[in-house]
Amino acid sequence: MSILLQTIGLTAQYGDFRALFGVDIELNAGETVAIIGANGAGKSTLLRSITGVLVNAPEQVLHRGTPIGALPADQVMARGIAMVPEGRKLFPSLTVEENLLIGGQMRRVAGPWTLEAVYDLFPILRERRLNPGTALSGGQQQMVAIGRALMSNPEILLCDEISLGLAPVVIRDIYAAMPRIKASGASVIIVEQDIGQALRVADRVYCMMEGRVTLTGAAATISREAIHTAYFGDAA
Amino acid sequence: MIWIDTLVQGILLGGLYALFAAGLSLMFGIMRLVNLAHGDLIVLAAYLLLVLVTMTGMHPFVAVLIAAPVMFAIGWGLQRVVLNRTLGKDILPPLLVTFGLSVVLQNALLEGFTADSRRIPAGPLETASLDLGVVTVGVMPLLTFLTAVGVIIGLNQIFYRTALGRAFRATSDDPVTASLMGINPGRVFAVATGLAMVVVTIAALYLGMRSNFDPSIGPARLIYAFEAVIIGGLGSLWGTLAGGVIIGVAQTFGAAINPEWQILAGHIAFVVVLLIRPRGLFPRAND
Repeated sequence: MSILLQTIGLTAQYGDFRALFGVDIELNAGETVAIIGANGAGKSTLLRSITGVLVNAPEQVLHRGTPIGALPADQVMARGIAMVPEGRKLFPSLTVEENLLIGGQMRRVAGPWTLEAVYDLFPILRERRLNPGTALSGGQQQMVAIGRALMSNPEILLCDEISLGLAPVVIRDIYAAMPRIKASGASVIIVEQDIGQALRVADRVYCMMEGRVTLTGAAATISREAIHTAYFGDAA
Repeated sequence: MIWIDTLVQGILLGGLYALFAAGLSLMFGIMRLVNLAHGDLIVLAAYLLLVLVTMTGMHPFVAVLIAAPVMFAIGWGLQRVVLNRTLGKDILPPLLVTFGLSVVLQNALLEGFTADSRRIPAGPLETASLDLGVVTVGVMPLLTFLTAVGVIIGLNQIFYRTALGRAFRATSDDPVTASLMGINPGRVFAVATGLAMVVVTIAALYLGMRSNFDPSIGPARLIYAFEAVIIGGLGSLWGTLAGGVIIGVAQTFGAAINPEWQILAGHIAFVVVLLIRPRGLFPRAND
């Protein structure tokens, strides 16, 4: 398997606060990787560093071997790395359909994801297409956020806490779309606090604590005890 | 009958104020950038038009086709090189920088064109009028108003019907998330200011043809533009037109009562609207 995306000794800092201490992760082509960990473990910071929202040293993030750590977010996205940001972050001035269209507007590559394909994946969005994006329920907003990222036909899809603040039944509906997203050819990194959902869809898991990777392994074989220890530390 | 005439003249005058204000409204709507040099940029564009008209003898309506791309480029460069650096959580830097720009522009124009007042010659159009039965209107004020409506319609079409407009609105909502969509906010803002300068050029065309101008009149145009934008509701283009019309009507009615009251009546209308609707007539829901 070829490595699509890699972080090498990734560090990140907010002012005086250091959020990441040399994080190494890999994403192989066709793979779904889950990054789990408690609040403040550095999961979202990791995604923000990969996407260019936080700027790093160039060699700390490699995409197909090319250093991209210092690229701004728009140039990272142009390489086919799309993000579903934490908290959905729909554009309030745009309708549902416009929110979807803007996802594919700057990177026009042929691929499986079109407006129609996204509406087939989440049929409720077709009915609500002319509503303001922010007038939808939380779950529907999350569907828009995922669809918006898919519209650029990304090679790599990064999902930040897509279950956050949603009812279990809604989370199940959203995760039900994951197999189709994987089948479309995208490699996926899921950042999650909901370990159960993450383990169900992921091939491999990284567990983070206090800015470091504390555990990694195949999702199918990793033990709950090991995750528990990696999640909360030895004292737990 | 005189009141109908006053009302019509006021509405038409409002078109000119709306043109002054549309560029300001556009920049504020997209970037939350209050451009204190807006009036001076209108004057700069008026001098550019004057130079083109006097040097080549072309009609001002032709000259505007050359001046508009030049002003677009100036706006694009200004935003890219200077104003983008001032944007952020603090609202003070853009105010200070555009205030400085205003002073620089006024002095540069004074140096280049002296303090003499000038006018863009428009030929017979300047005095042409139309008899509409009840009232007689000047062709120039009518053209100004129709152009203002056209500019507002055009900007609304760009905003709500094009991919560029989508990028404007998205970047205005949330520049960081917009960058995750592959949008470069700095570039989008530069295009927005370029577009605002095209509108400024159109405003300058009518300013220069309808009245005398000199390097120092920018700030007074800025006040009318500000009032129109604020009456209309920040960032609302149709609101800006309505704001311009309210100031125009207030001024003509004020002048009809007593010529000394013209300017004051416009400002009073501004205060009254703000007392009744502090957020303007058509505030955006998400502001």
